[in-house]
Amino acid sequence: MVYLDHASSVPVDPRVLAFAGQYLKEEYGNPSSLYALGLSTKQAVEEARVQVAALVHAETPSTIVFTGSATESNNLAVRGTALRNRKKGKSILVSAIEHVSVLNPAKDLQKQGFDLGFVPVDRYGVVDLGFLEEHLAPETTVVSVHYANDEIGTVEPVREAAAIVHEKGAYLHVNATAAAGRIPIDVQKDGIDLLTLSGNDLGGPRGAAALYVGPGVKVQTVMPGGGQEKGLRSGTENVFAIAGMGEAARIAALEMEDEMAREKAVRDSLIKEVLTIEESYLTGHPDFRLPNHASFRLSRIEGESILLNLDTFFGIQVATGSACTSRTLEPSHVLLAIGLAHEEAHGSVVMSLGRSNTLDDVPLVGRAMKETVTRLRSISPL
Amino acid sequence: MEDRPQIGYSKKVMDHFMNPRNVGDIENADGIGTVGNPVCGDLMQVSIRVENDIITEIKFKTFGCGSAIATASMVTEMAKGKHIDEALKITRQDVADELEGLPPVKMHCSNLAADALHEAIKDYRAKKEGRKEAIEEPAR
Repeated sequence: MVYLDHASSVPVDPRVLAFAGQYLKEEYGNPSSLYALGLSTKQAVEEARVQVAALVHAETPSTIVFTGSATESNNLAVRGTALRNRKKGKSILVSAIEHVSVLNPAKDLQKQGFDLGFVPVDRYGVVDLGFLEEHLAPETTVVSVHYANDEIGTVEPVREAAAIVHEKGAYLHVNATAAAGRIPIDVQKDGIDLLTLSGNDLGGPRGAAALYVGPGVKVQTVMPGGGQEKGLRSGTENVFAIAGMGEAARIAALEMEDEMAREKAVRDSLIKEVLTIEESYLTGHPDFRLPNHASFRLSRIEGESILLNLDTFFGIQVATGSACTSRTLEPSHVLLAIGLAHEEAHGSVVMSLGRSNTLDDVPLVGRAMKETVTRLRSISPL
Repeated sequence: MEDRPQIGYSKKVMDHFMNPRNVGDIENADGIGTVGNPVCGDLMQVSIRVENDIITEIKFKTFGCGSAIATASMVTEMAKGKHIDEALKITRQDVADELEGLPPVKMHCSNLAADALHEAIKDYRAKKEGRKEAIEEPAR
């Protein structure tokens, strides 16, 4: 089996599991309780906060709010910030290729009377900073531009975007789900006000994520309750997943540089191999892209068929932006936003690498892709 | 292959995806039907050879997802050897039923195979009528 879908889920690092397992077995106290069994889990949560803050160079651990998923963090960031600052204005801007967990809360706000604008991207998926500058109004409160796109791998000019956003007194939210642990992130140098992080994407368990809320950034809770996480995210803490996320963040900070250099070499070799196929094209930016990420489009065949063929005959797992894997039957909004025609956007393949991938995978994936494309094109009337 | 569910497809859909029957074109086919559109991500082409109104040979080509390939393969199996009047009665639902079901989201767009078959039969009839008229009409 060759697993090439780390943008969708990363296997839990065995070291993380060994560390966090104690919070399922022995250390099961509620962090809000006052006896020793609770206090030790409270301490585990606070240690994780320190590790996550360190990964993104946050000012203090207290800027990290734990949530249950990146989707929840994105909702808290977009909805919570827009609602809390609505006296300043009811205008928000998001880039056109954001994840649906940013787009949908933004569209929901639009239904509630907020003015929503979409920042276009160029053919590589880079946000149009000129458009952003032009369309930021004094009423704009929050702008959301992700660190890197999980489908085409493009890394955004976040620092430049932050400078523009701050000039108009708005907040910048950055979804770093795909980027964290893969490229260095420094929220202070980058000028990021709100940053979404996912535990699972770092090699932690599912069920924990975080939102960095910079000092002084005003956010309203979207999950009122017992007042955990400074009142921003109520609910008994998922200590196992949070401790695991902290450990995964610690490992990422230590090993990212070497591991990403290794994965990038495998990725580059993979891109070279796949692009030997006729009518195959790299999508996303050739240089400003995540080191573990390759994405392609292939003419005259359809993405779900490619995915199914690779899985069934070769045991290779990839993703696709194909309409046929979505509920809408519309091809990926990301591929349409970078200017691909509908018929071009149907044939997409996304390969995102992780620790298990080595150079040994490259000839197998290359051969599998060639045979898959040949087979499906022989069936295709185009 | 490991026995794991794939995109909610039945074993029969997977079998027809992995081993599609009757792939290709028929040279000088008696009828060709093409439906769908590459813009939508699904394009099906069915070609038939007909003798005494019986479909003796049938082939398909498909641009589309796994269930598009499987439905096209299945419809060729269902129509082969049938009288054209009987083949015209095959519906999209019949094809889906024969494949032991399709995921609901796939029913609309990827299950166009019966339509392609019907178009091929209509094309055959039109050509036959054309030939008949050509024979009956005196040469000018």
